[in-house]
Amino acid sequence: MSGRLTVFRPRLFPRMEIPTALLANAIIAGLLLGGFYAAVSVGVSISFGMLDVVNIAHPAFIILGSYIAYIVNDRLGFDPIVVSLALSPLFFLLGTAIYRVYYLCFERRGQESLRGLAFFFGILFITEVALVLVFGVDYRMVSTRYSDVTWRAGEVDFPMRLVVPFLVSMAMVVGVQLLLTRTFFGRAVLAVAQDQLALRLMGVNPVRVKELAFGLSIATAGVAGAFLIVIQPVQPAIGREFIGLAFAVCVLGGMGSIWGTLLGAFVLGIAESFTSTFFGPSWAPAVSFGLLLATLAFKPSGLLGR
Amino acid sequence: MSNKAFAAVAFVVALALAVASQLITNEYFFTAGYTVLLFVILATAWNILGGYTGYVNFGSAAFFAIGAYTTVALYNAFKAPLAVMIVSGTLVAGLAGLGLGYLTLRLRGVFFAIASLALAVVLYVFVVNWDFVGGARGAYILQPREVPFGMPRYIHLIYSVQLLMAALALVVARATERSTLGRGLAAIRDDELAAECSGVPTLRLKIFSAMMSCALMGMAGTTFPYYLSYVEPSSAFSLSYAVNSIAMPLIGGMMSWIGPLIGAVLLGTVQQLVQVTVSSAWNLLIVGALLVLFVTLAPNGIMGWVEARRRRKEH
Repeated sequence: MSGRLTVFRPRLFPRMEIPTALLANAIIAGLLLGGFYAAVSVGVSISFGMLDVVNIAHPAFIILGSYIAYIVNDRLGFDPIVVSLALSPLFFLLGTAIYRVYYLCFERRGQESLRGLAFFFGILFITEVALVLVFGVDYRMVSTRYSDVTWRAGEVDFPMRLVVPFLVSMAMVVGVQLLLTRTFFGRAVLAVAQDQLALRLMGVNPVRVKELAFGLSIATAGVAGAFLIVIQPVQPAIGREFIGLAFAVCVLGGMGSIWGTLLGAFVLGIAESFTSTFFGPSWAPAVSFGLLLATLAFKPSGLLGR
Repeated sequence: MSNKAFAAVAFVVALALAVASQLITNEYFFTAGYTVLLFVILATAWNILGGYTGYVNFGSAAFFAIGAYTTVALYNAFKAPLAVMIVSGTLVAGLAGLGLGYLTLRLRGVFFAIASLALAVVLYVFVVNWDFVGGARGAYILQPREVPFGMPRYIHLIYSVQLLMAALALVVARATERSTLGRGLAAIRDDELAAECSGVPTLRLKIFSAMMSCALMGMAGTTFPYYLSYVEPSSAFSLSYAVNSIAMPLIGGMMSWIGPLIGAVLLGTVQQLVQVTVSSAWNLLIVGALLVLFVTLAPNGIMGWVEARRRRKEH
């Protein structure tokens, strides 16, 4: 679990004064990181926030996406993010298949709360161990043309390995939001979140809608996996850190709100960036848990929750 | 059987087993036995909250590690005797469970599950940054040279202590199950809203059972630093504790104290065999696969299957 995002190298500076350049760098790095966190969390926002499917195995699919991007990049040299977008239909199908099993075995019998959770936990664990068996525990990374490029505006750094995932992630989140609010399918998903019986009365099968929406959430996980391996080296066990993170972002932003998730991701990104700049990167993983507990204790409905 | 009689039987059996196994000359037996017993305690403890109340705790490793690192801290501070370490580790883990439960058990059950998982990550970060207990490098704990009760090696003592603690965990679990508390917990599991309406103090019962369950998990960890004389964060916080403590009750059956015991002994022994004959990665894969298989195909575990068969015979 030591491979935490080492995006910001803490610099030596006198404790008393905080240089503005450092502050500006911390904010920019936090925003860029927040964009990546939005990609990590948007899928959880759909499955957990809207469909009420507590998919704690979401990070396992992210890591799977990282490794697929890695293999293709390693063998054929394609850009990992392009690969992940091209392969997202596969992740979509995987998601629909998993939801099918989940529905047949747990949701239909009303056992989703305990056994469904255990099921996803098992999937998380199996994926991690299987990746360890195939690839070992070494850190893997990809090489792209922009990996080592950094733009500088004044004293503020814009590392391209963060900027590119940030931009694609923003496009993906906005796309998901448009899909959910502007199309019939999207409105059906929002309706599932509100009242499944009413949906049945309208002649729509909620299970089918949930299946497709769950597929969508896993497809975003695959793309987020490619972002992850562009940003930092990946090994199978780092997925666990993103469980708390993704759920913290969803709860902080407000359940079932995509804009809320985006806002929560930026808040978390900046909070982590400040923590790593001023206290050291080894403390960063504790931030998401702190935010999660604080939200649950003081405002369980989140920032933009209904 | 009354609780007192069961407690007497459990402790006598544990003592007898401890004495009898001193005759075994193979050292490996004690190493393997210690691990299986550790899983018996973890699974039994998990089941108090998971099986009886229906709240999933993914943070078994965190509470286990709290116990282990309390021992390390007390050892580094003033080489406390083992009994002091066991009691303090249990108390600290119980307090942590109380705090986590107080903050998250008032919300939907899934928040407790997520918070417990996140707690493991945060405590890991905390321990890695805490130099007093060795940080990321880990800590060495020297086993005392003189072993009490004339046992040949320290692992014999640790094994026997673990046997007694497993008996204690089973006694606590069985007493909980058959008390008013246990009936309240079962009511929460079956329908929390209805339980609340019938006057069951749901929040208080949930927090209490979380505290007990977490305290027992901590107790299981207190002897762990002595087991290998060395602890480091990633072994103490290993996800395999979390997976095993969920898989064992699910496979054995979650409705009574005997299910986790069966699950832990079965799965624990299989793991020891696979670990020796194949490899530890495969061993974890098998646990994960068994967990998913049982939860999808035999949701009530081995005991549920036995129960169903017995009922079919009666009719």
